[in-house]
Amino acid sequence: MKKQRLFIRTMILLVLGAAVVYTLYANFTKDDVKKVAVGKKAPNFVLTDMNGEQHRLSDYEGKGVLLNFWATWCKPCEREMPYMDKQYQENKEEDVQILAVNIGESDVVVNEFIKKHDLTFPILNDKKQEVQTVYGIGNLPITFLIAPDGNVVNVHEGEIINEQVVIDMIKEIKP
Amino acid sequence: MKEVKCECGHVNPHGTVLCESCGLTLIEEKAQGKLHDMRYEGSARRSQTYNKTIVDKIWNFFSSVKVGVWLIVITLIASALGTIFPQEMYIPTIMTAAEYYEDQYGWLGKLYYDLGFHNLYSSWWYLVLIASIGVSLVICSIDRVVPLYRALKKQRVTRHESFLKRQRLFTTSASENIDASFEKAKENLAMKRYKIREEDGNILAEKGRFSRWGPYVNHCGLIIFLLGGILRFVPGMYIDDMLWIREGETKVIPETNGEYYLENKEFTLEVYDKEKDNEAFSDAIENAGMVPKNFQSDVILYKKADDSLPGEEAKLEQIKEYNIRVNEPLKFDGYALYQTEYRLGELSTMTFTMINKKSKEEFGELTIELNDPQTKYDLGDGYSVEVMSYFPDFEFNESGEPTTKSRIPNNPAFVFKMFSPEKPEGEISFVAIQQNLEPFGDNEYQLRFSGIETNDVTGLTVRKDLTLWLFALGGFIFMIGVAQGSYWNHRRIWLRRNNDEIWVAAHTNKNWHGLKREISTILEGTGIDEPLDQLQEKENQDSEIKNRNHE
Amino acid sequence: MANLSSNLLLIAFILYLVAIPFFGGAIRQKKGLAEEKKSFDKWAKIGIVITIIGFIAQLGFFITRWIVAGHAPLSNLFEYTTFFGMCLVASFILIYFIYKTSILGMFVLPIALLIIAYASMFPREISPLIPALQSHWLQIHVSTVALGEAILAVSFGAALIYLVKAIDHTKRSKSTFWLEVIMYSIVSVVGFIAVTSTFAITDYKASYSYIDKNGSENQIEYSMPAVIGPNEWKVIEDGTFEPWVQVPGIINAKKLNTVVWSLVVGLGLYVLIRLILRKRIGAALQPLTKNIKLDLVDEISYRSVLIGFPVFTLGGLVFAMIWAQIAWTRFWGWDPKEVWALITWLFYAAFLHLRLAKGWHGEKSAWLAVIGFAIIMFNLIAVNLVIAGLHSYAG
Repeated sequence: MKKQRLFIRTMILLVLGAAVVYTLYANFTKDDVKKVAVGKKAPNFVLTDMNGEQHRLSDYEGKGVLLNFWATWCKPCEREMPYMDKQYQENKEEDVQILAVNIGESDVVVNEFIKKHDLTFPILNDKKQEVQTVYGIGNLPITFLIAPDGNVVNVHEGEIINEQVVIDMIKEIKP
Repeated sequence: MKEVKCECGHVNPHGTVLCESCGLTLIEEKAQGKLHDMRYEGSARRSQTYNKTIVDKIWNFFSSVKVGVWLIVITLIASALGTIFPQEMYIPTIMTAAEYYEDQYGWLGKLYYDLGFHNLYSSWWYLVLIASIGVSLVICSIDRVVPLYRALKKQRVTRHESFLKRQRLFTTSASENIDASFEKAKENLAMKRYKIREEDGNILAEKGRFSRWGPYVNHCGLIIFLLGGILRFVPGMYIDDMLWIREGETKVIPETNGEYYLENKEFTLEVYDKEKDNEAFSDAIENAGMVPKNFQSDVILYKKADDSLPGEEAKLEQIKEYNIRVNEPLKFDGYALYQTEYRLGELSTMTFTMINKKSKEEFGELTIELNDPQTKYDLGDGYSVEVMSYFPDFEFNESGEPTTKSRIPNNPAFVFKMFSPEKPEGEISFVAIQQNLEPFGDNEYQLRFSGIETNDVTGLTVRKDLTLWLFALGGFIFMIGVAQGSYWNHRRIWLRRNNDEIWVAAHTNKNWHGLKREISTILEGTGIDEPLDQLQEKENQDSEIKNRNHE
Repeated sequence: MANLSSNLLLIAFILYLVAIPFFGGAIRQKKGLAEEKKSFDKWAKIGIVITIIGFIAQLGFFITRWIVAGHAPLSNLFEYTTFFGMCLVASFILIYFIYKTSILGMFVLPIALLIIAYASMFPREISPLIPALQSHWLQIHVSTVALGEAILAVSFGAALIYLVKAIDHTKRSKSTFWLEVIMYSIVSVVGFIAVTSTFAITDYKASYSYIDKNGSENQIEYSMPAVIGPNEWKVIEDGTFEPWVQVPGIINAKKLNTVVWSLVVGLGLYVLIRLILRKRIGAALQPLTKNIKLDLVDEISYRSVLIGFPVFTLGGLVFAMIWAQIAWTRFWGWDPKEVWALITWLFYAAFLHLRLAKGWHGEKSAWLAVIGFAIIMFNLIAVNLVIAGLHSYAG
């Protein structure tokens, strides 16, 4: 009788305690909940680059993909672009693809930017702003590292401060 | 852990003050005073009886109403603190929160921010307070409802004399014909819809017992409500997003997995008009200046009909047309779109005319889509314009170069190259609102600004909340419980034969005045005296003593 | 029609005023012999009949205004507060018929009068509804809240009677002090009404330029002499009254000035009353409560909370949440008015727990009812006028 009571009380307290702990934990981590999280499959998309070539994310399966989102008016984006371009040249022969998605500015603006920075790697334009919606893009820049199996292995928020960071990123996604 | 056997033969749980069955006092020191404390029927509250292990100690802490009331009071004070200055979610985003509070409210604002009160209601300690109230609700209820249920279930009709004597309403009266009195009383009790039980010629009349469960029902409701709050943290249960669409644009609705699209046909802002609207409003409109009447987005909802990928042209199937207004959200498939914001008059096109500066002769017009300008505009006859640079939201940066702040055409500026048969290599000019610069000297041609078109943009909140039903259920159960406990009373009247006397005692959980009035109609014509209010008697005596002391 | 409407409110106001002495008469007569009991009933009956006619007149005001405006007149501070006063009278009538206590009229009707007079100090024109208010939930939510708060206010009236009777007025104590604080607060409301109406009748206006909290220059018009001046004030016209004190930009000097005026005039009135009575107001009121039984007023006070609490919960939380979900996309958003409704609710929940489980009866319970009413008034006045939020009406 007494043992049974203690058991019931312990159970109830455990359930209540678990609920409280979960709530506190969830409250602390609620800002980290992302639409495209590490370990999840990166949502597929089709976008056209500034040369008119179509890129389908699923076509790069088997390759690592560095997927960057940017805008011309975003200063950190402007600073990190050359690092990516350089690494694109270095890794051309490797099983790695670097894609930079503009968030849907006009072609005039994007082309001028490409010319100004002499960029050679594929710059996609998300004209209808569908891809950024699916990826839940808020602050720019943001870079997703996608493994050859199509899963996101890392998300880098904010500026890529030097070329070494890009080199490390590529290491992470190389097959 | 002894159970207590009363002299009536009933076995009570350890710690019982008044026998569940006959009401005899079992623990004298807990039943001091002239009148019984009937709050929990003198039953054994479980928490008070065991206090050995840590589990019991935690249990006992939360089972105390005193602790519960303290939790409520602390939460109340904490909640009030959060309203001294606005919470972070309501402050403008012109500067960081730290700067804002200090700038607006001085050192007090800084303190407010440093203490974390700018986000008080999602702070860990506020959540802990609410959670503790939740825990207290569960444990207090479990701890009381079981013994109370037992005590009310086990109660006998014939109660011990000492029990009756120590009820607030009690009297004894002699009667010639007890049976006749009882018959009449029973009749009257039945008319008042009492449930009558008899035993050895004694009567227990009872009604409204279910009101005693009111508090436990409403606590259940609150617990369900709080569960809703927990469930909301589960990913996917609650969505809060924003969708900005220009007039004429069709966009995918965020958080719908690319399934739904929305077209904004038109956004309307109406204000009250002194002339056209109800003339009773004219003074108010005069005083207030502009009073908005309607914010409305006329939209078409589409569903994707193929399995195209984001970025691809999708085949859309129209679902419905709707006018979203404040208070009238568009609902579909668990989602709701609310009219919450707008931007009026965003620039959409700009039109220029190419002219010869001297002769003012015109050589054609070009209309530029500000959200997607072409690179080249051919005006015919060898005249054309090339857009070399475009700054939708133009400003000069620190180093004095033209740049754009965003992609929104708030302040468009262009660098044009104008080609003409006279100047086939082109002339460069920089054109912004109210500006026309010629960086390389005197041009022969000029682009004259000749008009703009604007577009309204609507801001819709995208909401999905799969927890609402739990909140609604919790609220509903709470209201039932609180009404049950507040608007019904649990009344009991005992009639007991004691030789030639009739003993009457009565108890109610509240509203004694009503009970007294009811008893007086019940006892009318029975020859039984109305029971005296022993509490009031005592009060009268006390005040008499007080008065005498003053004199 | 609009004129008829405001006249009806005036009639109601006068009738409530007239009814009070009749309830007073009923009290005085009661201590007589058995045959005088009849005359007591007569006085009280006249009192309650006048009150009911007044109530019908106010209902007429409400309905006609509704017809003129095309929406329920519950959309600004004036309309809400008069409705609250009307609900208070209705609750009094209801409780009167349950308990037949004329003394309650002596306490509750003056409070209702003050509330209606207070309401009339705010802009009274019929205003159109902004989009957020265009919903049937306006009627449902606002009227239920007002009714719930009014029933809870009756508990304050009964508690006041309890305190006046139960407190030992022969010697100075904490209880007598706080009772006088309540009395002074009530007198200050009279002060506010007196000051506002006096300067409104004389059409007093004074403008100042000042530097607002964002550092830009601005102008402000006072409708009573500016004792408290705004930040770095300058008179615009010569001969304007010059403020004595200046407050920093984050404080609304005009509102503070009104508060100071009300408190000072209230203090003057209070001192005057004390000089005339030659005793504390509480002590002067005590004889009125001679024939009332303490446990009865205690029960009225408690019963009002029990009746009012579910109504308030329904209107102030349940209906409020439903409407907020429809109009503002979320049922709860920690807006100050929402938070204060929660505080009110938590407070009365604590009240009920203390009463039910801790046995707080009588004087303790009466003080709690007073605090509860103070919270309701704070939510009505301060939260609307001082703390800005989604609910703030033009005031």
